[in-house]
Amino acid sequence: MALQKMQRIYIYALKKDKDRILELLQRRGVIEVRSMLKEDKIFHREDIGHVKENSEKNVAAVSQALEILNSYVKENKSLLSSLKGKKEIPEEVYASFGEKHESVVEIAKRIITLSKKIAEEKAELIRLQNQIEILKPWVNLDIPLNFKGTKHTAGFIGTLPREWTLDEIYEKLAAYMPLDVEIISATKEQTCIFVLCTNAFKDNVFETLRAMDFTLPSISFEKAPAEQLKDFEKQAEEIKGRINTYMEEMKSYDKSREDMYFLLDYETIRIEKYDVIGNLLQSKNVFIITGFIPEKDAKHIEEELTSKFDLAVEVTEPKKKDQVPVLYKNNGFCEPLEGIVNSFSPPGKGEIDPTMVMSLFYYMLFGLMLSDAGYGFLMAVGCAFALYKFRNTMERPMKNTLKMYLYCGISTIFWGIMFGSYFGDIFDVVGTTFFGVEKVPVIPPLWFFPVEKPMLMLTFCMAVGIFHLLIGLAMKGYQAIKHKDYKSLVYDAVFWITLLISCVLLLLSMKMIKDILGINVTLPNAVVRIAEILAIISAVGIVLTNGRESKNPFKRFLKGLYALYGISGYLSDVLSYSRLLALGLATGVIGSVINKMAAMAAGGVFGPIIFTVIVIVGHAINIGINVLGAYVHTNRLQYVEFFGKFYEGGGTLFKPFGMHTKYYKIKD
Amino acid sequence: MKVLNDYGIAFALLGAVLAALVPGIASAKGVSMGGIAGAGVITEDPAQFGKVLILQLLPGTQGIYGLLIGFITLSQIGVLGGSSNISFVKGLLYFAACLPMIIVGYASAIKQAKAAVASINVVAKRPDQFGKAMIFPAMVETYAILALLISILAVNGVSGLNI
Repeated sequence: MALQKMQRIYIYALKKDKDRILELLQRRGVIEVRSMLKEDKIFHREDIGHVKENSEKNVAAVSQALEILNSYVKENKSLLSSLKGKKEIPEEVYASFGEKHESVVEIAKRIITLSKKIAEEKAELIRLQNQIEILKPWVNLDIPLNFKGTKHTAGFIGTLPREWTLDEIYEKLAAYMPLDVEIISATKEQTCIFVLCTNAFKDNVFETLRAMDFTLPSISFEKAPAEQLKDFEKQAEEIKGRINTYMEEMKSYDKSREDMYFLLDYETIRIEKYDVIGNLLQSKNVFIITGFIPEKDAKHIEEELTSKFDLAVEVTEPKKKDQVPVLYKNNGFCEPLEGIVNSFSPPGKGEIDPTMVMSLFYYMLFGLMLSDAGYGFLMAVGCAFALYKFRNTMERPMKNTLKMYLYCGISTIFWGIMFGSYFGDIFDVVGTTFFGVEKVPVIPPLWFFPVEKPMLMLTFCMAVGIFHLLIGLAMKGYQAIKHKDYKSLVYDAVFWITLLISCVLLLLSMKMIKDILGINVTLPNAVVRIAEILAIISAVGIVLTNGRESKNPFKRFLKGLYALYGISGYLSDVLSYSRLLALGLATGVIGSVINKMAAMAAGGVFGPIIFTVIVIVGHAINIGINVLGAYVHTNRLQYVEFFGKFYEGGGTLFKPFGMHTKYYKIKD
Repeated sequence: MKVLNDYGIAFALLGAVLAALVPGIASAKGVSMGGIAGAGVITEDPAQFGKVLILQLLPGTQGIYGLLIGFITLSQIGVLGGSSNISFVKGLLYFAACLPMIIVGYASAIKQAKAAVASINVVAKRPDQFGKAMIFPAMVETYAILALLISILAVNGVSGLNI
């Protein structure tokens, strides 16, 4: 339940050591560089935009090339590869990559060019194929399509719509003999014809043909169609050949994929370094690094730096107005939930880390909502297996996610056993359907069946809710103590806690409430009396104090009254925990529905097989839907009900200057 | 009255099937709204699939709650085996008990889908804000859960009444 203490660090060093110092710091990854000093006449920031731009261009080119490569050659990636984590690369490979760098960028550029060429060739191929299609009807013509006639004759080559016979055409042109008509090809849609007439009738023949909707071919070549067609086909073959060579070349770059991924990481590291360099104050011979460092690392890095270089290191406490970055310090049990806190917001200035307290409730609430021992078992075993199998290489965020579900799974098993839910009621259904078991339930619940006693379950859920809310208020008090704000401790935490507890006691003393909840507790009269008095005192206290930021006494009183009205908010907060019951019941009942459906189909020879299929598919869907529901609503209870009492967030996470690579890990 | 008593089961069954039917329709509509918005995000940034899927599924729960109420009612009134001797009044009571889930389930699924679509847009622009975006549709769901709760309690309560 804590955050790492941060300190300001200033490093004053000589420029000749700049590259080596930066490399060391980047490797250690413990300083978040921030500019804390102003530029003056001597110290300036260096503009290195152009160098960075070059790296960014390379990143863009290589990313594009990889995308193209993936579309041509599928990358071999297994489903579990995301669990495996980053591949480790020895430091020498990183150091010597500089030589390879240019050639990899060249390959990336070549891939981009190749893809453009392939696209162009494909377009050309389509164009050719279109022309081939147009030429095909003319293949029997042995003169070129642009033939217009000889000295004494005129030739017309073209198409008529629909199918014509030779006789029909001769009939139309009978007046202009002598002439020769040839039908090159005829289909239902068009008839390709060649007409040769004497020059004398040239115009008349053309007119007549036009009247028959004669059109000239849309293409024209010097060569005869058959010959031209052969040419085209040859060209098409050539293009196909070229595309194939390009494809082959593209495929050959599959082996450079790793290099390209590495280049992306290499450039990411460089860009990160350039960002830092742009932030340094530099004079002619000296440069200054300023930033935040966790206290635990400060001494260590100071020693290492001073032993290796001539420089001065200064470590100071952060200033009051500093936005100190947040770095968590949690044990393995609650560390997995840092991500959940971060998705709300990291702790803001002066706030405590809620992860530890939240973790206890998180696992418990998740388990209550899923509350099926079978589902919990699957979750826990799956996560444990993945954690064990990839224990050495798995990345931290993935590890934390799996750990979270592992703990949630364990909690789910616990609550499943308490409420007697094992894949719904699978044991009962299998027992009665296949083995003739008569005594159900086969495994009775350790506590009770929520379906049979929903009111008891509801009461339990609300009790959990009240406890959760009280802890939230206690956290507010704890925070007030830490800030030595004792007024806030009493007014905002103690009064409210007293009011809530005494109200709960008073409600429990009412017959109506007892009847609704179906519980039987008798509180001694003295307790009820004390609760009454405490409730009045704390309510008055809240009215008088909770508007204390207003100077005007009337306004102050009204604000106090309004704050007391906030008690209705607590009512809705507590009712909100009824989702624990609803979601818990949903899991169990849907599970039972699946089992019941499976049991209905369990007769006959294939019965057991159908039964198994329905059970597996049904429960797979149910587990998916309910884990999603449990996750979302556990988050909601934490974010809205619990955090609403004391936590605002608004901090920024510690982002140290380091090697934030995506594909490879560089070993020291 | 005696004649009417034969129709008790009809009203009870009507409640049960409407509980599965009406919120089911609304959830189908809600999930499809989410799916349409989600598909748009995926064309731009396929990496957001997991987050968008969660948001898309949020309005789907009402259908499941409806199914739950439907199932509990069916088993209480003996349609799934056992005697189905339900008086007219009891049949009406079962029907009334299903009403919160039927009506609130329908309305909340569609309203939640609208919040989910808005949250999907948040994820499209700022994937890092997923945690907050998820809470908005989850807020709407509260009312479906409250309706579910009352329906469960009412159905269970009615089965204990001796009328």
